[in-house]
Amino acid sequence: MKSKLLSLPYIVWMLVFTMIPLVMIGVTAFTDNSGCFSVDAFVSAFQYTNIFLKSLWIALLSTVICLLLAYPLAYIICQMRPSTQKTVIMLMMIPMWMNFLLRIYAWVLLLQNGGPLDTLLSAIGIHGDYSNNTAAVVVGMVYEYLPFMLLPIYTVMGKIDKSLIEAAQDLGSNKASVFRRVILPLSIPGVISGITMVFVPSASTFVVAQYLGGTDDIMIGDVIDKIFFTNNHIGAALSLVLMVFILLFLVLMNKFGDEEAIA
Amino acid sequence: MKKILAIILSAVMLCSTAALFAGCGSKDAGEVNVYSWGDYFAEGQDGLMNVFDEFEKETGIKVNCTTYETNEDLYNMLKNSNVSYDVVIPSEYMVTKLIKEGMLEELNYDNIPNYQLINDRFKHLDCDPDGKYTVIYQWGVTALVYNKTKVKNEPKNWDALWDESLKGDILMFNNSRDAMAIAMQTIGINPSNCTKEDIDKACVKLREQKPLLKKYVMDQVFTEMETSQSAIAPYYAGDIAMMMEENEDLDYCLPDYGSNLFYDAMCVPTCSKNKENAEKFINFMQKPEIAAENCKYLRYGCANDEAVKLLDKDIQESELTFPSDEYLDKCYVFGNLDPEVYEYMQEQFVKIQAE
Repeated sequence: MKSKLLSLPYIVWMLVFTMIPLVMIGVTAFTDNSGCFSVDAFVSAFQYTNIFLKSLWIALLSTVICLLLAYPLAYIICQMRPSTQKTVIMLMMIPMWMNFLLRIYAWVLLLQNGGPLDTLLSAIGIHGDYSNNTAAVVVGMVYEYLPFMLLPIYTVMGKIDKSLIEAAQDLGSNKASVFRRVILPLSIPGVISGITMVFVPSASTFVVAQYLGGTDDIMIGDVIDKIFFTNNHIGAALSLVLMVFILLFLVLMNKFGDEEAIA
Repeated sequence: MKKILAIILSAVMLCSTAALFAGCGSKDAGEVNVYSWGDYFAEGQDGLMNVFDEFEKETGIKVNCTTYETNEDLYNMLKNSNVSYDVVIPSEYMVTKLIKEGMLEELNYDNIPNYQLINDRFKHLDCDPDGKYTVIYQWGVTALVYNKTKVKNEPKNWDALWDESLKGDILMFNNSRDAMAIAMQTIGINPSNCTKEDIDKACVKLREQKPLLKKYVMDQVFTEMETSQSAIAPYYAGDIAMMMEENEDLDYCLPDYGSNLFYDAMCVPTCSKNKENAEKFINFMQKPEIAAENCKYLRYGCANDEAVKLLDKDIQESELTFPSDEYLDKCYVFGNLDPEVYEYMQEQFVKIQAE
């Protein structure tokens, strides 16, 4: 009884701020301006399939790069002395205290023509355009979401029982095989939650592509933002489709994660 | 730098939302709730006067200012939320819509004596032909800004935005109404009240332009042009004046066939609970010294003849802030589009970007 009472505020919160808005989005998506049932909004929404695919592709690319960067980093940090570990993690977190938009804006300045990167590379004879393309968008996203990949992996890795590693060594494993057969399997839960925490927000992100991308770089988040300007129904339908995509992804990740945990 | 300042300032303004909500419940007569565009008043920036403080000093009425980013945000807030604002500052086409839907209060001009000082051109606005609901705040036109070192042929009109030789260096409005209007003008369609067919024609033109563009931008245009990243862009003339102060390679062009004349007008919505304070606020904003201060900050056109006299000579003579009467006669004003047509326009514009 007592625990029920304690959970009441959370249930009310979920109801008011999650369930009701979700139902409202559903209702908006399946009606037209006159309030009648209609699937027109979805017909229009599917005209943006290419943007859906592009957004998912950018999100996937960012997630993979985040993973490739964060996993070794987490491993290296775990090898350090505890006091150094704290400092390094702190250094990773400090940029996150700053506003998201400011950080993206900083990247615009870093990558622009005549900016620091361009000046540096021009000095050694390399000329090129670094901003206003898809690569710049991915760079921005990776920078934005790297801590979300690093932290779960680092936490899980740090919790691995040292005696398991020692046992493996006693039983004749070399360094590579300790990593492959002990550390890697035990850190998978961290990787799974890291992937989820990076992929989900980056698939639905907006503004980043607007700032760092060129004319062709528009993500589904930007389309939803623009469409809501005049037409709530298509906007809601787009959001629902995106939610379904993300839900599918989460289900897939969960399946994968569970199997790993069993094995 | 200026940009970062703007972001910080808007964050501060967002915080003041909290103050507004605190004020909503009370029936204290000493307040006026203003809902305006972001960064739209001189509030002590660049050594200028803080007009809200001055108003409070003179009348004892506290100003709570909240901001919106688009006319549509304003409309949705007034229509769908249970809020009480005393003064709103919509643009011309939104004023038409609000009047049509009975969402504005008639003003008592006896309480707004400074209305007399307003130039006749801006008294009986197209959106409020009987002059019952509005007092103009600022006005302006759209124009071209370009970098003299990059653009060799001096631009005459919007055609310069389709110049093949500037490929990859052109910026365009990331806003359907302005972008479509520019495309329509280049093919001789009057954009003020367009039809779906007009929009289709404009889309063809915009599709031709897309491969030539560097980016679709709004606020980003400031850094792009001020740091000579791009060659040419259309934007609001008052803002072009600001950009030109930061970068002397920049020059401007008012399209020879005229451009879009826009204005924002102060109105009292029907949800207002402090109409008298609202009228006092509107009157205060048209006090010559105050209107001049806001104009110095914004560089948009000031409709108050007495205020114009108080401005520096170089602002008074700037064609960007005050285009000539002959030029204004060539300009068109946006009408209120049928919601269906506007929806179509927005969707088509998103589709061009999404292709």
